[in-house]
Amino acid sequence: MSFLRRKLDDLKKPFEKGQKWEKYAPAINAFDTFLFVPNHTTQTGAHIRDAVDLKRTMVTVIIALLPALIYGIYNTGYQYFIQTGEAFTFLDAFIHGSWKIIPMIIVSYVVGLTIEFIFAIYRGHEVNEGYLVTGLLIPMIMPVDIPLWMVAISVAFAVLIAKEAFGGTGMNILNPALTARAFAFFAYPTYMSGNKVWVSEASNIDAISGETILGTLAAGGNVNYSFFEMFQGSIPGSIAETSALFVVIGAAILIATGVGSWRIMLGGVIGAALVGFLFNLWGANALMSFSWVNHLVVGGFAFGLVFMATDPVSAAQTNKGKWVYGILVGVFCILIRVFNPAYPEGVMLAILLMNVFAPTIDHYVIQGNINKRKKRWASALKTV
Amino acid sequence: MSADISIQRGATIHLKGSAEKILSEASPSKTFALKPDNFFGIVPRLMVKEGDKIAKGAPVFHAKKNPQIVFVSPVSGIVKEIQRGAKRKILKIVIEAQKGEAIVHKIPSLNRLDRKTVTDILLKSGAWPFIKQRPYGVLADPDLTPKSIYISTYASAPLDVDFQFLLKNNQKDFQTGIDILNFMTDTAVNLSVESSYLGFFENIKGVNLLPVKGPHPAGNVSVHIHKHDPINMGEKVWEVRPEDVANIGKLFTTGEFSARRTIAVAGESVSYPHYVITTIGALISSVTDITGYDNKQQNRFINGDVLTGNAEAPDGYLDFHNNLLSIIPEGNRYRMLGWLPFVDNKIPSLSKTSLSWLFASKGHSVDTNMNGEERAFVVTGEMEKVFPMNIYPMQLLKACMAGDIERMEALGIYEVLPEDFGLIDYANTSKIEAQEIIKQGIELMIKEVG
Repeated sequence: MSFLRRKLDDLKKPFEKGQKWEKYAPAINAFDTFLFVPNHTTQTGAHIRDAVDLKRTMVTVIIALLPALIYGIYNTGYQYFIQTGEAFTFLDAFIHGSWKIIPMIIVSYVVGLTIEFIFAIYRGHEVNEGYLVTGLLIPMIMPVDIPLWMVAISVAFAVLIAKEAFGGTGMNILNPALTARAFAFFAYPTYMSGNKVWVSEASNIDAISGETILGTLAAGGNVNYSFFEMFQGSIPGSIAETSALFVVIGAAILIATGVGSWRIMLGGVIGAALVGFLFNLWGANALMSFSWVNHLVVGGFAFGLVFMATDPVSAAQTNKGKWVYGILVGVFCILIRVFNPAYPEGVMLAILLMNVFAPTIDHYVIQGNINKRKKRWASALKTV
Repeated sequence: MSADISIQRGATIHLKGSAEKILSEASPSKTFALKPDNFFGIVPRLMVKEGDKIAKGAPVFHAKKNPQIVFVSPVSGIVKEIQRGAKRKILKIVIEAQKGEAIVHKIPSLNRLDRKTVTDILLKSGAWPFIKQRPYGVLADPDLTPKSIYISTYASAPLDVDFQFLLKNNQKDFQTGIDILNFMTDTAVNLSVESSYLGFFENIKGVNLLPVKGPHPAGNVSVHIHKHDPINMGEKVWEVRPEDVANIGKLFTTGEFSARRTIAVAGESVSYPHYVITTIGALISSVTDITGYDNKQQNRFINGDVLTGNAEAPDGYLDFHNNLLSIIPEGNRYRMLGWLPFVDNKIPSLSKTSLSWLFASKGHSVDTNMNGEERAFVVTGEMEKVFPMNIYPMQLLKACMAGDIERMEALGIYEVLPEDFGLIDYANTSKIEAQEIIKQGIELMIKEVG
């Protein structure tokens, strides 16, 4: 270890203050701090610090994403082989999925991190770890057959417009990963909707329909999947959104480590279940009469709620606000699904909409606290 | 006794090296120092020059804005050095102890005292700086009557002292001090005590006893005021530390400025952590000579607790107010892949991404490593978990960073001090320097609003 450390210190010499590559220090620091937690000691404030830092938090989210990602890779292959009718093993399916998805992840990280590094150097601050999560989320919520160049453009749009334009990590209004998906959705609708994009190679193989469940319902068709299939996720859809089971495992990791807000997750489930239940009672069309329980497990609802609605930067920041925000994400998700069949995937729009309103929710929560204080001041003045 | 103030949000960090309940005398300190920085918000005006011979209790400097407030020498001796920093700012006034006399003030008998006489004696004798005023934690203004006075005998910070033990030989002085302070306000002095352990504080007369329970920062005066009778705009509340109450009591018994200071020397680096009796401003070495410490490694000496104290050099001096000297190892070392969750669980952590709670029973080892680098505000909700007041800490911090005075007021800047953000400094993921931000916010308030 000390050998490696010495080598690294030698390597970093030209990047030190006053040396010729000083400007580029954030770039090399980003790599160095991944190998070693730096030797910096406290200078002001508390003399001791918690072991947790942003790297650890972000890596925990990535760990929580892995079950859904691994299942998504498998499901990509599974859907492909079911469609072609070939015999296949688990490994075949996994390999097919890997060939499709790993290049997307690489493209997402390379493009996104390049932009992040450039901005870090330009602004003279260290590289924030937020993109490690965003960069993995973006491919996970795309249709499998989307061309890599579209992934690259969506990533660039999301990082530049949704994040850096607002001042970088911690300052953005919208969740960058969802912004990437929304960009792709509206810019290249033919690659992002319909019945030929959700199953690997579906447009090349003229076989069974690869429509998503919500798409089928919106078109007035019948759904032939059992609840278990929907819950387990062996259905067509965006890469990692299909399995509610593995999303729930991720949610358990986020809640157990305290990294994801259980208030938002629970609020979302309550909101969606409630609205879904009310629509069941109404039951005017196929989507309305689609059981509220099924609404919770199909489409991107579970994935979006667990991994995107809980993004602490774009969500509400107060505890009370998190409840309101979570419930409204659930409510709007089902509302959009049911009333706007052009966008069967309601959760993306619901979360982006609530991202915009999150500061307003917080404003009213905090204003409540301020009003209480001012009222107290006023009554203190009266008694004097 | 049931607690009047019960705190849920917070954290007790159990560290190795807490002070054993043994009292010993410090070795004689050759020099003493007064540091104007120990008194937030004052600008010192010197009343002595290098080489002057001064008596114990003789004024050394006064506050520029209020010349009545004098700061006196804790010992008799010679002004050895006046250390200055950038822009000739006075850092410390070093006094070499020599045998000499002490200034004795004439004290009328207790039943003939009134508010004005008490104020005069406190000011003249140099005991006034024992009294802090809120909002802002500045020195008390002698020209006003505070809404109330608070004394917290519950020190909840890591390794912090047990005032029950620390004051066991000074109960009489403590009672006298309370009686004196009761002249200063119209309501009885509020004495907060840990609810499970009232001890002799239960027998103290003339106080409103406030039993408190809960994790740190349950011992902070801000929390007690906030829960008991929060500060409104324009109100002033005073605060005195328990040993200083006894010092005030002693002053009114003997007529001499009492600079007694009992220091708990604690922390993992200390060989024999226990309580040492010394004098305000004494050399740190005068107490560490008695307790010993591991000098083979680099240590940090902290006047106060590890969350809110001031770092000092090993050959430096004790501060004016602190009863705790924490000595912990410096943390200038690398940790390979230390950012992985559930790695290096020995470092205490409030986050559930660490198994550090497994090591809590034996006490944690800590050092001064940052355990990461500063980042933008990202994680939300974690500050509220260690902040037991009905105030939004992150929003208040952001208001301070933006210098938005109206918002700072509305969000509760009058009710907090930097020390209340000690745990936030410690626990927040983004390593935001919350105490520093609040301190700058308060400085801005003093400048703009007064």
